[in-house]
Amino acid sequence: MESSELKGGKDSQISDELSELRMESSELKKAKESPISDESNRRSSFPDEVLDRVISLLNSHRDRSSVSLVCKDWYNMERWSRTHIFIGNCYSVSPEIVARRFPKIRSLTLKGKPRFSDFNLVPQNWGADVHAWLVVFAAKYPFLEELRLKRMTISDASLEFLALSFPNFKALSLLSCDGFSTNGLAAIATHCKNLTELDIHENDIDDKGGGWLSCFPESFTSLEVLNFANVTSDINFDALERLIGRCKSMRVLKVNRGISLEQLQRILANAPQLTELGTGSFTQELAQRQYEELESAFNNCKNIHTLSGLWEVKGLYLPALYPVSTRLTFLNLSYAVLQSDELAKLLVHCPQLRRLWVLDTVEDKGLEAVGSNCPLLEELRVFPADPFDEEIVHGVTEAGFVAVSYGCPRLHYVLYFCRQMTNAAVATVVQNCPDFTHFRLCIMTPGQPDYLTNEPMDEAFGAVVKTCTKLQRLSVSGYLTDLTFEYIGRYAKNLETLSVAFAGSSDWGMQCVLGGCPKLRKLEIRDCPFGNAALLSGLEKYESMRSLWMSACNVTMNGCRLLAREMPRLNVEVMKEEGSDDDGRADKVYIYRSIAGQRRDAPSSVLTL
Amino acid sequence: MEGRMNYENDLVNLKATELRLGLPGSDEPTEKKMRNNKRSSSEISEESRTSGVTDQAAGVNDEHEESAPPAKAQVVGWPPIRSYRKNCLQAKKNDEVESGSGMYVKVSVDGAPYLRKIDLKVYRSYPQLLKGLENMFKLTIGAYSEREGYNGSDYAPTYEDKDGDWMLVGDVPWE
Repeated sequence: MESSELKGGKDSQISDELSELRMESSELKKAKESPISDESNRRSSFPDEVLDRVISLLNSHRDRSSVSLVCKDWYNMERWSRTHIFIGNCYSVSPEIVARRFPKIRSLTLKGKPRFSDFNLVPQNWGADVHAWLVVFAAKYPFLEELRLKRMTISDASLEFLALSFPNFKALSLLSCDGFSTNGLAAIATHCKNLTELDIHENDIDDKGGGWLSCFPESFTSLEVLNFANVTSDINFDALERLIGRCKSMRVLKVNRGISLEQLQRILANAPQLTELGTGSFTQELAQRQYEELESAFNNCKNIHTLSGLWEVKGLYLPALYPVSTRLTFLNLSYAVLQSDELAKLLVHCPQLRRLWVLDTVEDKGLEAVGSNCPLLEELRVFPADPFDEEIVHGVTEAGFVAVSYGCPRLHYVLYFCRQMTNAAVATVVQNCPDFTHFRLCIMTPGQPDYLTNEPMDEAFGAVVKTCTKLQRLSVSGYLTDLTFEYIGRYAKNLETLSVAFAGSSDWGMQCVLGGCPKLRKLEIRDCPFGNAALLSGLEKYESMRSLWMSACNVTMNGCRLLAREMPRLNVEVMKEEGSDDDGRADKVYIYRSIAGQRRDAPSSVLTL
Repeated sequence: MEGRMNYENDLVNLKATELRLGLPGSDEPTEKKMRNNKRSSSEISEESRTSGVTDQAAGVNDEHEESAPPAKAQVVGWPPIRSYRKNCLQAKKNDEVESGSGMYVKVSVDGAPYLRKIDLKVYRSYPQLLKGLENMFKLTIGAYSEREGYNGSDYAPTYEDKDGDWMLVGDVPWE
């Protein structure tokens, strides 16, 4: 459930970090104190206590980075007051460097593998193991309270180490991680006496049974957030019921599919204070009385604003949700196979919806209902129910997309999987919704043109970047020539993340992007005809970016070696396929800036140049 | 689940012995290989993955189950959907493929004016089924025991098997 997804939000600016750290190391070399005459004048009119207080109130990493660059005093004050650190690439910095600069960290967010690892493009043992971080932090931050990981590897041993090393530990969030089993969760449940949050979300877990939940001791009462939707095996319901009963502050509960409707009713009866709920299986033969009890239980939950789960939903039982629907702001139906009329009936009761995730089984008609009923909608994600079956003629089309845009002018985040699209439709959509910040369109057949005109989809994305000046994230698809990238380079001045697949005609396309998007931080490219010339055109730019991924393009080993030689502060990693050997091609390249130097834990299949 | 998947396993093994050459990353995948990605549950089918000349995974492990129909060519990692979501959808799809949208059986109770239908797929075990029946018909069945059946209760659930014999519910393992 991506509601609790790690939001980079204001990402820490490594370029700022880089300059700050360079400043720090040169300051240390000078080994002197700071006082300068005009600074003491300033200080007398602006006492440290005030400054310290002001800086402490800053939460945004970007603000803090800016503040730390003003002068050495501000730098020091900022570093002493920072309690949360966000690291977008775990290899860009080392735990030792972090610990040296920030003595008071209580909360850590770490992201590891390149995003394409979610789609099996990264080898199994690539790295991003959190253990080294935990070891350093156990020594330097024994008071650590929160750990949020995304695309990292964490073993059961690490989980146990975590549980035993940090007595104040409160919040653990694992998103898209791997390497652990339910035994690790058991260790957390057993030892973390002050745990308030356990959020296990879309991970690759080795599921060894549901006994882990029963490991929370009877004396344990602090849990506020529990998300185990991802942990499939059946837990002991009595243990869960007792746990919920004694954790009076619980506000977020997302259960797994094994929890039946009847059990859900009992949970809700005991926890009417919940604000976010993920149901279990939403299908069961219910007698009339049971159904009424369920409805009544929902009716008592006056605070639920986020709803998810609804596995195997039976349209017949959706009305039980009506009491909570009116207050819902986020509805995640992406695991619920609903038809258009079922969705339409439900949405009539959801006028407050801001975020909606659905499966494409609802079809265009379902999306029309979205447009008609949800005027406040800001985010829409439509996932494919049958992504691999090309014989399917259902799903959503450009018509549904356009229908939503007419009804939901505030839409600013879209993720849309479809099998057909037209330039005209996209142009209409952005005309209706010019405020897009995140535009992710996935036409599922690679390289597919506008199905009506047979033209490339260049004008569609041209319209997006021309109209949506606030655009931060863009994913393109369909048949695209270099023109798309010319448009992007020329107009997408706020673009930070770009994903490209099966697109472009020549190096020029990638060069346009690298030359034109000043705020670009993450660029991921697969199966495009971009080669060394394109790669090397970004020489100067990569240090201002978090990372570049290129796979199945035309980049060669020599090109990568040249890049690595010219830019020593970049790590240039090439992933070798077994047996592919030196035909000179660099099939998968991952380039990122780092002040920690080359990583020492790369497997043999990863070559650092 | 495993029983029903057997025929698909055979299909997989045939495919697995095929070897063709192709450039990495080419659109038309040439070979399907299974990869065990530390499955969270044995019920969740493997996602079939393509690889050209090479095998990306460090080792192709034991559990082999084919999830999607093998006919269509698939590109690695496309469409870009997280493994977790893919696995959930596949599991759901297999449920439906195997048995349609539900496995309804008729239930009649002595003395009741009309028959009812229940969806067996909704239950995962005998106790759950009995509870469902109890709720539906407002009666008590009592506990099952191997030796004495439903001793001490007014009602005993029975079913007619394919041989036409009346059998007591609960003797045969749920699967």
